[in-house]
Formats: sequence, C-alpha cells, structure tokens
Amino acid sequence: MTARCCADVRSDTAAGRVTAADTLTAAIDRAHDVGAGREGLNIFAWRDDDDARRQAATIGDRLADTTPGALLGVPIAVKDNIATRTMPTTCGSRILEGYVSPYEATVVRRLREAGGIVFGKTNMDEFAMGSSTEHSAYGPTRNPIAPDRVPGGSSGGSAAAVASGIVSIALGSETGGSVRQPAAFCGIVGVKPTYGRVSRFGLVAFASSLDQVGVFGQTVDDAARGLAVIAGHDEMDSTSADIAVPDYTAAASTDVKGLVVGLPKEYFPASLDPAIRAKCDAAIAHLKALGATVKEVSLPHTDLAIPVYYIIAPAEASSNLARFDGVRYGLRITGDGLRGMYEATRSGGFGSEVTRRILLGTYVLSAGYYDAYYRKAQQVRTLIANDFRRVFDSGVHVLFTPTAPSTAFPIGAISDPYEMYLSDIFTATANLAGVPAMSIPIGRIGGLPVGGQFLATHFDEARMFNAAYALERALGAEARA
Amino acid sequence: MTTADSKTAGESWEMVVGLEVHVQLKTRTKIFCSCSAEYGAAPNANTCPVCLALPGALPVLNAHAVALATRAVLALNCEVQPVSVFARKNYFYPDLPKGYQISQFDKPLALRGWIEIGTRADHSPIRIGVTRVHMEEDAGKSIHDRFPGVTAVDLNRSGVPLIEIVSEPDIRSAEEAGAYLRVLKQILEYVDVSDLNMEEGSLRVDANVSARRRGDTKLGTKTEVKNVNSFSGVERALEVEFARHVAVLEAGGAIEQQTMLWDGSTVRPARSKEGSHDYRYFPEPDLPPLILDLQWIEKERHDLPELPAARRKRFASEYKLGEYDVEVLTSNPRLADYYESVARAHGEPKAAANWVMGEVMATLKTSDEDITRFRVRPADLAALLGLVRDGVVSHTAAKQIFARMVATGDQPAQIAEREGLVKVDDDSQLSTWLDEVIAEHPSEAERFRSGEKKLQGVLIGAVMKKSKGRADPRKLTQLLTARLTS
Repeated sequence: MTARCCADVRSDTAAGRVTAADTLTAAIDRAHDVGAGREGLNIFAWRDDDDARRQAATIGDRLADTTPGALLGVPIAVKDNIATRTMPTTCGSRILEGYVSPYEATVVRRLREAGGIVFGKTNMDEFAMGSSTEHSAYGPTRNPIAPDRVPGGSSGGSAAAVASGIVSIALGSETGGSVRQPAAFCGIVGVKPTYGRVSRFGLVAFASSLDQVGVFGQTVDDAARGLAVIAGHDEMDSTSADIAVPDYTAAASTDVKGLVVGLPKEYFPASLDPAIRAKCDAAIAHLKALGATVKEVSLPHTDLAIPVYYIIAPAEASSNLARFDGVRYGLRITGDGLRGMYEATRSGGFGSEVTRRILLGTYVLSAGYYDAYYRKAQQVRTLIANDFRRVFDSGVHVLFTPTAPSTAFPIGAISDPYEMYLSDIFTATANLAGVPAMSIPIGRIGGLPVGGQFLATHFDEARMFNAAYALERALGAEARA
Repeated sequence: MTTADSKTAGESWEMVVGLEVHVQLKTRTKIFCSCSAEYGAAPNANTCPVCLALPGALPVLNAHAVALATRAVLALNCEVQPVSVFARKNYFYPDLPKGYQISQFDKPLALRGWIEIGTRADHSPIRIGVTRVHMEEDAGKSIHDRFPGVTAVDLNRSGVPLIEIVSEPDIRSAEEAGAYLRVLKQILEYVDVSDLNMEEGSLRVDANVSARRRGDTKLGTKTEVKNVNSFSGVERALEVEFARHVAVLEAGGAIEQQTMLWDGSTVRPARSKEGSHDYRYFPEPDLPPLILDLQWIEKERHDLPELPAARRKRFASEYKLGEYDVEVLTSNPRLADYYESVARAHGEPKAAANWVMGEVMATLKTSDEDITRFRVRPADLAALLGLVRDGVVSHTAAKQIFARMVATGDQPAQIAEREGLVKVDDDSQLSTWLDEVIAEHPSEAERFRSGEKKLQGVLIGAVMKKSKGRADPRKLTQLLTARLTS
C-alpha cells in the first residue's frame, strides 16, 4: 500500500474533496499499521501528531488562495538534521538530545508555504555519517521491504517513511549518497540536486562543500514536485545559486528520443554483482527501445572518489561539529575544568563513527599533513569534476549507472567501517563534482530493491527527471519485480 | 651589572618589532549576520542563530564590511587582491561559538602596503611595510570575574567585523612603534572606517618583538606581547620586553617563542600552550571566494577621501600655515574639516587657525566634546571672526561672544547686540569715558602728560574696564594722545 501521490492530494484538497486532516489521519494510521515506532521499523526520531494536526487544521484557511500550494495538504517526513521549530532537531545524536531549533530551515519554510505538513522527524545515522541508519542514538531503522535489513543511510528513516507508504515524499540530505543509496535499498525514488540548487540554511552541516538537501518520492513525479518547492536561491545560503528553477513536472515527460545516455564503464566493473548488472542492462534496453542513444563513456578518476571523499568530508566535519561543545545548547557533561567539560561532553555525546570521522578530519587538516591529504584530495576532486565536465561536454545528456554495489544488507552485517564506506562507491562522485543525481527502482533481486542512477550536468535536473520518468513508465511493475 | 654596563649592552642590541593591529569596522551590522554590531548592549542581546552558531546556520558576508575594509587597505597603499578567500581558524574556546573563527589565511584581502611614519635625521622618510591585511570576525567575550566560580560568555561581539593589519618587522624602536600606531590610526580616521576606540576594543594591538646584535641581518626569536591597551602602553611594554630579551641573551640564554601578557608595568608569559596552537586552517566552504570587480576597486580608490599627508601639504600651501599649525589642524579629519570651513567662509586662514586652535580646541578639551557635535558651527565662527575683522567687536568682546555662542548656539551679531558688546567708536562717548578716567586718576594723567608714556596703558585699561571692553582701543589711543599731549 502506498500513500496517495502529491498531485492527487493537492488537487483533492484544493477542490475540497478531502481535507488535509483526512490525509494526515491516513498517514498516522498507516504509520501505526506498518509499525513505524521504536520497537518496529523505528522510522522516526520524533513525531508529534498533535502538532501535525494543528498544521493540517490551518490548511483549510488556505483553500481560498487563488493558486493552491504545490504540496497542499501533503504530509512530509523530514530528516532529523533539518531544523524545524515545532519538533526537535537532533541529528540522531545524543549530543543534541531534546534540542529544538528556534528557527526553521529554508526548505521547511518553503514546504509549509506550499501547504505541506511536517509529519515527523526521521531517524538517521548520527550527523548523517553512515550508509545504513544503524548509527543513531535512537537505534537502527529497519527496511520496510525486509525488516531484518538496513534501509540504507544516512537518510534511512526518510526512505523508510516513503517506502512504507506513510508519506509520499520526504526530505533527506546527501553528502556522499545518503538519499540515493537508501532510495535504492528501499525501492523508491531519491534525488540529490545540484550543489547550490537547494538552500542549506537550517541543514545541520556535515561536510559543507558536499551537503545538499535531497528529496525522496514514491514516484519520479512526487520527487520532482517536492524538489520544485524547495529549490531556488536563498540569500541565507551564500553557496545557493541564483539560477531559475524550471518546471520539473513538465520535464517529466516520457519522450526520450534523441537523448544521449552515457554508461560510464567504471560504474560497471567486472566485480559488479551480475544480478545488479542484469537489472541495469534491462533498464538500458528500455531506454534504447524508447529511442535514447546509449554509449559507453569513461570517468577515469572514479576509483579515487572514496579516498577523496573520506578526506574532505571528515575534514569539514571535524570543523563543523566543533560547535557541539556543551557551552550553549545540547548535552553538557561537566568535567575537570573547561577542557574536562569539552572532553566529557564530546566523548559522551558523539557515537563511535562520528568520533572516528572527527579524528580523521582533524588529522588530515593538521600542520604537516594538510598538503599531503586535504590539498591533494581537493586537487583530485577537481579531476573527478573534470571527468564529468568532459563527458557532458561531449554531447552526453545523462549518465546511467547502478546506484549501489549491493542490495540492502542485513542489520549488523557490516562492522568494518571501510567496507561500509564502499557502499557509496557509485554515489560519492556526484557530491564531489556537485552534479545532480537520482536513483529510481529498476527491479528486485530476491525481493530486495535495486536502484538505477541517473546523473546530469550542473543544474540540469530537468533532463534527469525526463530520463527517469520515461524509464519509470517503461518499467512499470517490472520495477518491483 | 652597573647602569653604565646595561646601557652599553642595550646599545649593542637592536629592537625589531612587527605590529598586528585589529581594527573593528564601523558597520551597522555584523560581518556574517544582520545583528547589530553596536557596542554596549545588554549581554547577548545582539545575537541570532548565525552568531550563536546554532546548528544549520550559515554566514552571509556583509558587503559594507568589504567596502570599508577595501577603503582601509587602499589608504594603506596595499595591493587589493581581486580574489581573496575566507578560511576557518579552528580552536576551542567558550567565546568562539562555532569552534572556528572565519578569517582569511593564505589569500587575504590585501598585500604589500606601507605607511610613512616620519623622517630620519637625513630627511629620508621612515617607511614601514604592511605585510598583509585580512578580514575576519571577532570572537565573543569571556567574563571570568563577574560570577564566582564560573565563566560567563557574552556573544554580542561574536561576528563583529575586523580587519587585521600586519606590519613588516620594520620597526626599530618603541618610539617608532608609537609613531606607526599614531599614523595608522590617523589614516584610518581619515578614511572613516572605524571608531578606533581602544577602550571599547575597536582598536587592538599585539606586538611581536625580538632583539638582535646591531649589524646582524638575521631576526632573533620573537615573543608576542598582548593585552596592551594604549599606544604609550605599547611603547612601555616593548621597552620592558626588549630589556628582558637583552638580559636573557646577554646572559647567554635563549628566548622562548611565546605569548607574553602586559599588565601595565611588567610582562609575564601567557599560558604556555598559546602560540603552539595548530589552527588547522582550511578554506571556508560556506562562503565562495570574495571576488572584487577591478572597476569597483578603482572607483573605491578614486573615491578615497584626502589622506593626512596630502592634507598637510595642501594646508601648508593653500592656507600658508606653519608646520605646527598644520600638524595640529590636520591631526584628525573632523577638526581639519571644521577648520577648512571656517577658513573658507572667513577668508583669513591664519585668523581662523588661531581661533580654532585657541578658543575652539580649548572649549572642546574642557567639555570632551566631539567637534562634529560642537554647537558653534564653522559658519557661526566665521561670522564672529568677520565682526572682529570689520571692527564691529573688539577681540576681548569676541571671546565673550564666543563663550555665549558655546552656551546658547545663538548668532554672534545677535549676542553682541543683545549683550551690548558692539565696539564703541563714537567720539563723544569715548571722550566722556576718558574725561571720567582722567578725573578719577589725576596723578597718572599728570605724569602721562609730562612724558611718562608707559602710563598710557593704565589709562586706556581703565577706559576699557569702564566700557566693559566695548571701547575701540585704536580710536581711544588717538583721543588720549590728542587730549594729553596737545
């Protein structure tokens, strides 16, 4: 069972056929039915149904608006690292336990202005560091498709909220694949926009030069509608681009005749799981049948993405997470003097993966190591970005790849951090290059969803939606088979 | 060591100083958020998610801060960098809410400037190099002595815009350091980028000092002296710290590179870990590089106000003023503006200079008032000077009128009229007063008549007193001479 799509909820709400309260009640019931709570799928870090009902009650007042909001009456799950005024924002971390932001993220403000209802805050790997949503102070989230397995991460709660049919769209965040990989694991659509397309104001920073708010949808259309609402320049974020946002729903056309789809060979290595390759091949066959031109391309620096990512992201994180010091908000554990307080608070407040990355990041920025690690990583990052530029400049419109090297793995199966990091091997490149990318379901292996990834050049999300929408239509029920 | 010995020792060592000056830019709001940057608000009143470093908040650069910083560096003859990059300086401290300070590191706003701080015996200018100037945000304030047992943090200052001006180690004495600071302050006052108030912290100085044997070209190990809150304090602290260096080196010891704190009379080492910080600088990913349009830079350069050196030169040539007058009248731009307005309106630059340097400055000094808020506006003062020049009031009366202008803000002519201070040159009135004085001082009058010329002053003085300063002294003298020598 799925939630009703955004477009229907909006038109029915605007026409008075359903009320926002009805839609919300259905979502609350669905959450109950699927066992979204702590003991079940553990999807949410926080839910406040009374607050959601109050929001829904105000929607009625807006029916007289000449243009109904694009998400009128649509309940939306929001990742726990995106600031909301009425619910806590804790990043799945003990260090922010109970913290309620006095201001709201730009993306949340835009959702509300469009008539959306913040349904709850979703579970996540602590500070978005992880690929399985196992590293949360609230415990692991379970995959609604296979509850003994992870939903992927770090935005696993948001992915699970959509995959379980509670909401039709959810906000996640991406630093190295944290929307696309869980979308693939949960069999839904996940979009990471171009860096700068969506405001980061109110997104708790992990790695500022890579972070971007992303959208999950049950369908490409849902995801496109969600992104259209949150995208666009924000003067509160100096890295947000002042570039017009096209109508993504219009772009979601099935016509891909003449579209040039590149298949980067580095994303189809000999070691790739043959079952995943077979699903990709089937998807590619559909694209060809629809009239797209498919050609092999090369992004030669792809294999450097993970090492580069795990230098840059921890480096920025070590600085971004310095503000959690016990002085102004969040957890404070007193210790011997100031230093003792810092040590007790941060040791007690951060989990092991966060601690590991802070240490890693501190190390690579240290005097004597900066040039060898951080500077070098930035140089390689440029090479990775140039790979994409070259391919897109050569007439390729979109790239198609597998989203992740595996399907959802069992909870607790991966204990080696490096093995976990390799989960992002096909996704981290888009964050490093800043290009938009999205994952859509392309089939299942042994009942577990497989995601196919489209990538496009900077700010060309429309083309990506076009390809994804066509493939989604062509696959039909095959996407869940 | 005897005094003579230490003197000899001191003379064989050379002081080498470089100064780091932090200047708060005079913006209405902070550098990365829209909070007020005003000094003196209730603790933590001027804060928001950005300057409190709440999760998810992001910096947005204040364009006015960039404009002021650019104006400052142009006035310091710096090369403005068309691309500069903000960087994070990472360290933990309770008054540093983000755990890093947004500053500029390897790509600062400006490089390679200089200022001239005077001339040597051979009249060659003493030029001190400015290594670099970068923009940064201020930290908050830790208050250790307000509440027993705890430290309070006030983040009103967090995010206030600063520039840091780093000099070359070109300074060779405490006096040169003082001169550098005074000239620097004067230039910054002229371009009007800061309040430059050391007490309020809008101007702060850290001094790097080392000692080397005269003739050596290699720099000695330096120490950084912090916590100095006046220019004369910098001079004294440098003397004291330099003497300590020399004593250590003379005794065969080595100077440890460290931060020293000045307490008004002595220096003591700061906590030893200071200075050994690894700040882990890296480019600030939340802010794109600061790119300045070359045409904009040229426009800013063109729009710079007249700088002190140029103004001194112009005052000397245009108003034919002596060196001392020029020095005093150009000491700050507001005084210079005031003087120029008076001089232009009145047309006699020297008389204007005398009045501004005399009555005006004395009054301001007594009331500790800023000249821009001074009640006697330049046009009013020029009008008063006009009355003196035209013989309408005497110089003595003018001073009385001036005092009334300060008190009331009224026009000089009006005051002269109202208070009966208009000069009397009417023969019959003057003769009447003269007759009375002669009658009252018969012996003095007699002695004057018989040739004791020095008594003229006594008699004239008596008339002036009787006339309450209104009598025209020139005319009175003529009458007296005519009366008693004919």
